[in-house]
Amino acid sequence: MDINPILLLAALMVASTPILLAAIGELVVERAGVLNLGVEGMMITGAVCGYIVGHGTENPYFGFVGAAFAGAALSFVFAALTQFLLTNQVATGLGLTMFGLGLASLIGQGATGSSDLIVGKLNLPIISDIPVIGRILFQHDPIVYVSLLLVAGTWWFLSKSRAGLILRAVGENHDAAHALGYNVRLMRVLAILFGGACAGLAGSYISLVRVPQWIDGITSGAGWIALAIVVFASWNPWRLIAGAYLFGGVTVLQLNLQAEGLKIPTEYLSMAPYLATILVLVVIRAGRAPGSLGKSFHPSS
Amino acid sequence: MFKLEKRPQPSKVWTFGAPILAVVLTIILGMGLFAILGKDPILATKVIFWDPLFGEFADLDRPDVIKKAAPLILIAIGLSFGFRAGIWNIGAEGQYIIGAITGAALALSFYPMEARWLIFPLTILFGALGGLVWAMIPALLRVYFKTNEILVSLMLVYVAEVLIKAMAIGALRDPDGFGMPGSRDLRRFASAANPDLITGSGIHLGVVAALLSVVAAYIALTRHQFGFDVRLAGQSPRAAAFSGVNPSRLILVCMAISGALAGLAGVFEVTGPSGKILGSFPTYYGFTAIIVAFLGRLHPVGILLAGILLALTYIGGNLAEQSLGLPAAAIKCFQGLLLFSLLGVDLLTNYRIKLRSKGKAQ
Amino acid sequence: MREKLLELKGLTKAYPGVVANSDVTFTIGKGEIHALLGENGAGKSTLVKTIYGLVKPDTGTMLLDGAEFRPAEPKAARASGIGMVFQHFSLFDALNVAENIALGMENPPPFSDLSSRIKSVSETYGLPLDPARIVGDLSAGERQRVEIIRCLLQDPRLLIMDEPTSVLTPQEVATLFDTLRLLSSKGTAILYISHKLEEIRTLCEHATILRLGKVVGTCDPRETSARDMAEMMVGSKLHTPTNAGKKAGEVLLELKGLSAPAPHRFGTALKSISLSVRSGEIVGIGGVAGNGQDELVAALSGEMGTGAQMIFLDGRDIGAASPNERRALGLCAAPEERNGHAAAPDMTLTENALLTARTRKQLTKNGFVDWEKAREFARDVIAAFDVRTPGPENAARSLSGGNLQKFVIGREIMQKPRVLVVNQPTWGVDASAAASIRQALLDLAAEGAAVVCISQDLDELMEISDRFAALNGGELAAPRPTEGLTVETIGLMLGGAHDMEPAHV
Repeated sequence: MDINPILLLAALMVASTPILLAAIGELVVERAGVLNLGVEGMMITGAVCGYIVGHGTENPYFGFVGAAFAGAALSFVFAALTQFLLTNQVATGLGLTMFGLGLASLIGQGATGSSDLIVGKLNLPIISDIPVIGRILFQHDPIVYVSLLLVAGTWWFLSKSRAGLILRAVGENHDAAHALGYNVRLMRVLAILFGGACAGLAGSYISLVRVPQWIDGITSGAGWIALAIVVFASWNPWRLIAGAYLFGGVTVLQLNLQAEGLKIPTEYLSMAPYLATILVLVVIRAGRAPGSLGKSFHPSS
Repeated sequence: MFKLEKRPQPSKVWTFGAPILAVVLTIILGMGLFAILGKDPILATKVIFWDPLFGEFADLDRPDVIKKAAPLILIAIGLSFGFRAGIWNIGAEGQYIIGAITGAALALSFYPMEARWLIFPLTILFGALGGLVWAMIPALLRVYFKTNEILVSLMLVYVAEVLIKAMAIGALRDPDGFGMPGSRDLRRFASAANPDLITGSGIHLGVVAALLSVVAAYIALTRHQFGFDVRLAGQSPRAAAFSGVNPSRLILVCMAISGALAGLAGVFEVTGPSGKILGSFPTYYGFTAIIVAFLGRLHPVGILLAGILLALTYIGGNLAEQSLGLPAAAIKCFQGLLLFSLLGVDLLTNYRIKLRSKGKAQ
Repeated sequence: MREKLLELKGLTKAYPGVVANSDVTFTIGKGEIHALLGENGAGKSTLVKTIYGLVKPDTGTMLLDGAEFRPAEPKAARASGIGMVFQHFSLFDALNVAENIALGMENPPPFSDLSSRIKSVSETYGLPLDPARIVGDLSAGERQRVEIIRCLLQDPRLLIMDEPTSVLTPQEVATLFDTLRLLSSKGTAILYISHKLEEIRTLCEHATILRLGKVVGTCDPRETSARDMAEMMVGSKLHTPTNAGKKAGEVLLELKGLSAPAPHRFGTALKSISLSVRSGEIVGIGGVAGNGQDELVAALSGEMGTGAQMIFLDGRDIGAASPNERRALGLCAAPEERNGHAAAPDMTLTENALLTARTRKQLTKNGFVDWEKAREFARDVIAAFDVRTPGPENAARSLSGGNLQKFVIGREIMQKPRVLVVNQPTWGVDASAAASIRQALLDLAAEGAAVVCISQDLDELMEISDRFAALNGGELAAPRPTEGLTVETIGLMLGGAHDMEPAHV
């Protein structure tokens, strides 16, 4: 075997980024008391929209922005249904995933682009050249760092800011938050839109950086894994990084093992990420979920 | 602006009216979608909903509608119990695939023995068992480790998809198939085949099983203690615990039912319409059945009708693809819209909508 | 006469089918402790929510310091100096004390300043509280302090208190009253909502009485008898249940060192509870909410599993028996929360009858439900307990709280249990219905059943129980005969159990 551990770790950060992005968005949504199971659908819509916009404008960054808008737009459907028409969040989220998969495949008909759209890598004078660490940590594209900044920002927002406190209050007990005069719906709609934008961005990272190509069904369950990681992280932003990187590690390792041509058939290796997710869900006792998670709110009384 | 007001009683009218309104709403939205895609919306709607049943070549299409509807109904009936009880098995697609694999594996292990009386029932039984066992994984993990069954059952779909691909080129590959992927064609193995009962009618034993499941579910839901417990657990979990419903047992039973029925759908499919274990065997039935279950309002009779409607969109969608060039993905979008509309109008059963200004609106 | 602070003029608010407030007019003076008295459903909550900006009146006006006052939302009300301590729904279990308090303030100071302000206010008013503790871990009394301090930090001119003492021990009530008197002397007016007459007589200087949404009288509670006020509140003469003098028979239910861990994070563990209940007697269990009442009912009903050799019915260990097996043996129960626990709100009354009566009334056969029989039973309960509803096919949620409570208690009593366990049987029920429920419990005992009645209403327990025991932190003190117990002794039993007993090792 000659898997290069440095390249492996560097690849790990790239492989983890889409999941981390989608998960941080969903974490905010769930802290606001909403369970959106449509992550996969928003992600794949983001993937195709980001791809088309990126290649259309020949600028990947327009692609990322476009994908975030697409994800947010799709999540608005979820917000409207669950917050105003009080639909069941589980069913609506599933519907969003199915709709998103269909929509993405519809939009993506014949979406091919010049595959030489390059997202620049970070190249800091001294830091990026530090042996080993520089290669692993400081030679990535900006979105990798954006995802980490988003985690830090989310942590700050939730634990230090007034709006974050209100968001947690809304997620913990929406009746009490309403009684204190906070706008539960508005808070939730904003959280859902943020979650959608993050999922869209995550999708476009797959189609513009990680693969980079548009293929039908390209997200192959990453959105669901992001949902699992939110539970694994007990709704704590920092633990999200651990979860995403753990998962990214399994993915990269199994890809490398496949390339190595081990005795194990490749099919069984490609089950690894999904089995790892199940294992993680079983082994880790999740903390306490937000009190109002998944419940509909109607400000009647 | 409008305002919602909770009804003291669920509205009887809207319980039946809502799904119909949802279908109408979806057709309108769908027409918009077709128009955006540059297709004649009226013609497309006709091709999808009218032609398969009453069009020029309906004789050929109707059996296909029946064949598509049967697995959807079978799976959706199974799911409906869990969904009512708040147990979210969304991995029916995986249980469906595993049912096909275990059933086919059993049948092929007897190949080419001629003993239909033994092999066929065993094949079907193994298919159901396969689905059941696959569903027991998320069920047991939920009961013993409080693991989220939504995520686990879904992850297992991806695992099952990988598994069937591996089987098609591995253990179950046809030894006489010149190395091509795919198992032997079970339709040509008389001891395990599930042909149309009347040739060309599309009615195979899976269709019969689907109808029986509708009847059984109806009786269980309206007349039996089990159906009551399921409804109670879904509406008021604490009241269910107080009443004496054991939540763990309910999870296991509901998951077992949905897994077994999905497995059954899988084995009837692989021995009948599809014939082979192949990487392309999974066709999203397990997910579409979720729409069927909700569209039918989790009620057996509703599911029967919803299953036929969704099957129609598949067959009609194919026709529209051939004759109008409507992309297949448009139908998936359409199905998603259907679920959204249904969930949205469901509000009318439990709430009244009032205009905030003067005057009232229903 | 005090200077006017808040004047309410002709406030009317109607909901479909109910007029919650009708032409309500009264005045609260500066620094006055003003009682708002009425039964559940009299319109107190709606009125208070109007003042607090949660409900907009259909007609009528409010004047605050003579200027028109029309708060569009609670924020506006708080900005005008109105503070409110809610009865339910206003704390966030997973957040800490300081965060909870910050949420109730318009412009909270940074965390460290806030903590020191919380400490200083809590010392000034004798309400000790640690700002960093998670609210879900606090006792009911401490939780209430969080709410009060939240209001006090805003320097309110009017503090609204909605049923504040239902969760407190008599000693805690006394402390609270001291705080309120102190506030009043510093010029803060208090609108005190309650249906507990004795409290109002001790605390308040003015009372407005509501019935069916209308003001039906005002009085000076210090000079009016409790009975007179009660009759104004109810609108008729009160019927007091009669205890038909009974003899205690053999022991039916016996608890021997019943222990169970807390079922969830914010629950209470049961600690070695021992108790025996005889045929024909009612044992009253008092205690402040959240001291193990729910857990005790769940352990007895079979909803929560317990170890072997702890619960005996007729000398037989039933620790492993399921709820329905216990019902078959004659043990029925009714938990406190009607909506979603004792009854399923979205189901019909027939279905709710099936919920517990399937075994004893044989409503199922081979697992198949006999709906006709279930409907018949539901009709019987409706008739016998005077449940106001068009019929058994109506959803439970369409009933008022009191009517549903009558149905729930009636459903258990009509199964003729040998042992009945009830928790808060008359919570939120109007006085006449409460009297009939108490009478039904007495009658059941008179017929030879053993009854365990858990309640936070001490008057109720004094009225119907033969023996009284206090539940505190999941421990049950030894029961004492009710006769001759004074409120002071009971107060000590409820709050001071720790002082009288050595701590368990």
